Amino acid sequence: MSPALRTDPPPAAKAALSPSPGAGHSASPAAVAHSEPAGPRSDGARVAIFFAGVLLLLVVASASVSIGAQTIAPLEIWRAFTDYGGTDHQLIIRDIRVPRTVLGICAGAALAVAGALMQTLTRNPLAEPGILGVTAGAGFAITLGTVFGLTNSPPAQLALALLGSLLAALAVHSVGRTSPLRLVLAGIALSSVLAGVSLGLRLMLPDVFDHFRFWAVGSLAGREQLPIALPVAAIVVALICAMALTKALNALSLGEDVAHALGIHVVRSRLAVLAVITVLAGAATAVAGPIAFLGLMVPHIARRPAGGSVPWLIAYALVLGPVLLLLSDIGARVLLTTGEVPVAVVTAFLGAPVLIWTVRRAGAVTL
Amino acid sequence: MSTLKQWSASPPSLLGPERRTVIGCAALLGVLLVLAVVGLCRGDTWDTPVEALSALAGQGESAVVVQEWRLPRVTAALAFGALLGCAGAVFQNLTRNALGSPDVIGLDAGAYTGALVAITVLAGTSAQLAVSSVIGGLAAAAVILALSVRSGINGIRLIVIGIAVNAMLTAVNSWIVLRAELDVAFAAAGWSAGSLNGIGWDDLTLPLFVAVALVALLMGVSRAMHQTALGDDLAVTSGVSLGRHRLLTITAGVGCTAIVTAVAGPIVFIALAAPQIGRRVTGAAGVPLVPSALTGAALLIAADLIAQTLIAPIALPVGVVTTAIGGLYLLWLLIKEVNRP
Repeated sequence: MSPALRTDPPPAAKAALSPSPGAGHSASPAAVAHSEPAGPRSDGARVAIFFAGVLLLLVVASASVSIGAQTIAPLEIWRAFTDYGGTDHQLIIRDIRVPRTVLGICAGAALAVAGALMQTLTRNPLAEPGILGVTAGAGFAITLGTVFGLTNSPPAQLALALLGSLLAALAVHSVGRTSPLRLVLAGIALSSVLAGVSLGLRLMLPDVFDHFRFWAVGSLAGREQLPIALPVAAIVVALICAMALTKALNALSLGEDVAHALGIHVVRSRLAVLAVITVLAGAATAVAGPIAFLGLMVPHIARRPAGGSVPWLIAYALVLGPVLLLLSDIGARVLLTTGEVPVAVVTAFLGAPVLIWTVRRAGAVTL
Repeated sequence: MSTLKQWSASPPSLLGPERRTVIGCAALLGVLLVLAVVGLCRGDTWDTPVEALSALAGQGESAVVVQEWRLPRVTAALAFGALLGCAGAVFQNLTRNALGSPDVIGLDAGAYTGALVAITVLAGTSAQLAVSSVIGGLAAAAVILALSVRSGINGIRLIVIGIAVNAMLTAVNSWIVLRAELDVAFAAAGWSAGSLNGIGWDDLTLPLFVAVALVALLMGVSRAMHQTALGDDLAVTSGVSLGRHRLLTITAGVGCTAIVTAVAGPIVFIALAAPQIGRRVTGAAGVPLVPSALTGAALLIAADLIAQTLIAPIALPVGVVTTAIGGLYLLWLLIKEVNRP
């Protein structure tokens, strides 16, 4: 370091401490530099973290099975799986809590991976299916389909959700593509239009929407009895496709030219990723209603241990998404003594601080 | 930004009101009067304007209906619309951004949290509602400003932080409603979208007094407000005491929003659109207060008429109508900004 540079740091250090737009820029390299030695770069450490995540998921999943309005002894829960006798408690476990946990795992993984894919594809740290109006689009399509009586079968419902999320994604992207923050604003604006019209429709036709009231706010409760095989299958297939696309995404994250030089078909990969995002966000919305902020939170938590590797980012999102959604869902059951809070309320409360943190830290800076 | 260009092209409040502004304001006033008369005539049975006006003077068989039911609702729509328009103008001037209106950045939601606390924890009298919603709105404003202070008081970052705060407050609000006793929850839910249904004179007396005080305060600071909109440096050079001015205008703006929220719930979009529409109608420089207030009043009474008529006999909450139109307007603003070279 030359003496000339030595004299420079005081103002720069001040800028980092004092509130100024420059602080965001100066903070990120520092953070990267900090995480470089601490973060796991060897594959062994990454695998260890991944298995720790899986273990955490198992713990949370078993908590999700055992915690609820009805207190059930652990032994009874064990018996529900090993030697099923058909008692009330065992029925609760097998017919309500286990399907609900499975739903939570699928929806959480789908939303988190969709968020990670979106952030990587658009190189925008604020991209997320909930904020960008994609889940709102799927929700609106299902609401509209219900008005016209099109949502009687699960395939029809899934198809509507996919169509709605695709249209919303395209609309928001075409309005807000010029800057990350504008993209968020466009998504919020579209979501509010769709939410207003949906609310109006629900108030106009209360009978039609009677069984949709809980779905409309985003919740895992009361979905246990619905046929969920098709959306769950769609999510699993899309997740496998997402894992298969990670190599292309890894190259794309280095820039189009580099990706092209590495032998990646840029346009085709982009379209494939977009299709996967649509299926994930649409199917998750079809089963769990519009849940925002989950896809924003998880990739931000997963990015640090993944250390710039897209496959690991997706893998961590795959595990952490269900953990967070199940935790939120357990919170949703416990927060009220008389009933349940919709899980979307809990994720919004947890996720909004992450949005604030991201905006303060990165702001308009792209990934 | 073209708004800035327009502001610097013709400095506001120095040349006195221009002719077009006067004509525009008169036209807005005319629209307002027509909508108000329609509001007085509208009901399960429509009255002719002559009948409605004579009922207003206490004659005819519908005198009670018009004086006790329709007149308070029309008054509320006009006064609240004007207050929301003023609040929007205040915050758009402060943030120097058309999107920086109190409903987008969560001040409505904060005031609503205050109102919900007053209902569920306290007795929920008119005065308690007013005070606690003002406190809620001010607290939300303080949090947003504190979090976004890094980027200065203007800027799109403040707006996105406001949106996040809005999401959290909305989550808190729905949690409070779900936790509340059933009757409270029903009352609160009917008003969570913003509604003028069932407003009577009893609900209006205190808010109207506060509204007059707030409007007087805003008139006092309006000149400094336009100077500040030209830039902090320019404002300080031309003799505005920035700290005191900001405190006063933020308090007045939050007060306007909170009073409306305390009575009618969070009505979005009026504060966002009224200043921009008013500015264009009157060809005024900057984001002026009077056209914003007139446009806000016209928008709210129009939205309320639509909400009552759209699926009659059920009266939609007026907030549902304004949310849908407001989102479209926001999208249109964004599209226009994108297409600008």
